[in-house]
Amino acid sequence: MSTGSMTERRGLISRIAGQAYLWLILIVLYAPILLIFVFSFTNSKVIGNWTGFTFGLYENLFSGYDYSAQVQVDPNLYRAIFYTVVIALTSAFFATFIGTLASIGIYNMRHRERRIVNFMNSIPMINPDILTGISLFLLFVFLGISRGLGTVIIAHVVFCTPYVVLSVMPRLTQMNPNIYEAALDLGATPWQALRKVLLPELLPGMISGFILSLTLSIDDFGVTFFTKGSNGLETLSTFIYADARKGGLTPELRPLFSIIFLTILIGLLIINIRTNKQSTKK
Amino acid sequence: MSKLLSIFGSRRTWAWPYVLFMLCFVILPLILIAFYAFTDAAGAFTIQNFVSFFSKSEAVNTFIYSIAIALITTIICILIGYPAAYIMAMQSFRTPQVMAILFILPMWINFLLRTIATVELFHMFGLPLGEGALIFGLVYDFLPFMIYPIYNTLQKLDTNLIEAAQDLGASQRKVFTKIIIPLSMPGVYSGIIMVFMPTVSTFAISELLTHNKITLFGSLIQRSFSEGGITMWNYGAALSLILLVIIGLTSFLGQNDHENHEGGLV
Repeated sequence: MSTGSMTERRGLISRIAGQAYLWLILIVLYAPILLIFVFSFTNSKVIGNWTGFTFGLYENLFSGYDYSAQVQVDPNLYRAIFYTVVIALTSAFFATFIGTLASIGIYNMRHRERRIVNFMNSIPMINPDILTGISLFLLFVFLGISRGLGTVIIAHVVFCTPYVVLSVMPRLTQMNPNIYEAALDLGATPWQALRKVLLPELLPGMISGFILSLTLSIDDFGVTFFTKGSNGLETLSTFIYADARKGGLTPELRPLFSIIFLTILIGLLIINIRTNKQSTKK
Repeated sequence: MSKLLSIFGSRRTWAWPYVLFMLCFVILPLILIAFYAFTDAAGAFTIQNFVSFFSKSEAVNTFIYSIAIALITTIICILIGYPAAYIMAMQSFRTPQVMAILFILPMWINFLLRTIATVELFHMFGLPLGEGALIFGLVYDFLPFMIYPIYNTLQKLDTNLIEAAQDLGASQRKVFTKIIIPLSMPGVYSGIIMVFMPTVSTFAISELLTHNKITLFGSLIQRSFSEGGITMWNYGAALSLILLVIIGLTSFLGQNDHENHEGGLV
């Protein structure tokens, strides 16, 4: 009896120690993000200098005009936001389209072909962004293609598509191939079978591939840096980099990323709670 | 006509656009790196680019230093990340997914902005920027990439094996060293790849965290392209080729886990 409660107590202590360890790491991981969040509610130029609570930066961000300093908020910031969204949506769309087609193709390939294509598919994932960026930079220079929006989108499709293949492929391998055959046997044309049988099965994989592509594209810096050219095209990443090298970070970036962070946090929590509810219902 | 139909009817051909795309934008660009590395600005064959790299002790030192920094970062990430992943996988939280989400959430904030905030954090506590800040920042940026794959393999671990070992009289420590660690090695391998590769090639983070005091190999490459002008491109390509070889070797050595490499991020 006493040994039982001893081991129980030891289990409890190690449990608490484990929890404390995890929370400690989380606190360190979140400290810089918290810093951005806290200092989005003050008007100071730099993080670390608290000049009183205000929603001023949020107002600046949405109105485009800094009333306290009587200047416009850097218009390049809005252009960078716009191009980040355009590039992310376009490249995620193409990556999902090409990647899904490719998955179906790879799935129907013979073993050796499949290995070769899978190997090619893994190259952009293993390659660090600086190498992907430089190799594409050299390609565009070599072919005499002037760099700009188009080349950035091509570059993003390059590193996003492998992840789409990786998300769609498991859906195909887990699918019962007889369903598709059955649809054909029951008189469906290949096109109908594709649309009504295959696509619904693949859709969850396509959606997670699309979302993964969006986040990869938005977060990318290295590849964009080498493929954007020098005619003023900036995404948020390259804008922040240029900003930081000039010395001062545009203060309106603080509320912008606080909003992005909260949106993602709430979104993920909602999805998580929903799936939890669904699994308990089952 | 019927032949044409059968070609488009066969679903294997659906991968062709992608294969063509990859040949143009992945394989050809990599070949171009090698081409530029072995030519001079006029396009004639030369090994001068490599000679000038290996004869500059400063450049070689930067190369070795970057590998050392990447190794240290990777080791620290394993030392901090493995216990975290283990605790997350073994302890029965009421909501284990929430914990996992909390660990990957920071990855959604732009890493440059996080790095800049880390710099501000160092300023606030009066800590100097330099080697320490660099390693801290790199660990901070890439720790989730170590925790996640390890957590994934530990979570899928067959608990029957652990119970069987316990039933057969293995001590807690024996179970850990003989069962859990060997079975979680695939996760550790992909964690190593996911941390080592980006750190050895990083360029922007190091500039921000050290105020340009420390130059890493990635910055060396970047500068020869963005500041050096056309004459430096071939030299930069040679450096890129060296980095490519390092990356190739690392991924070849860690190939055990080719299938679920980075598979579980979303």
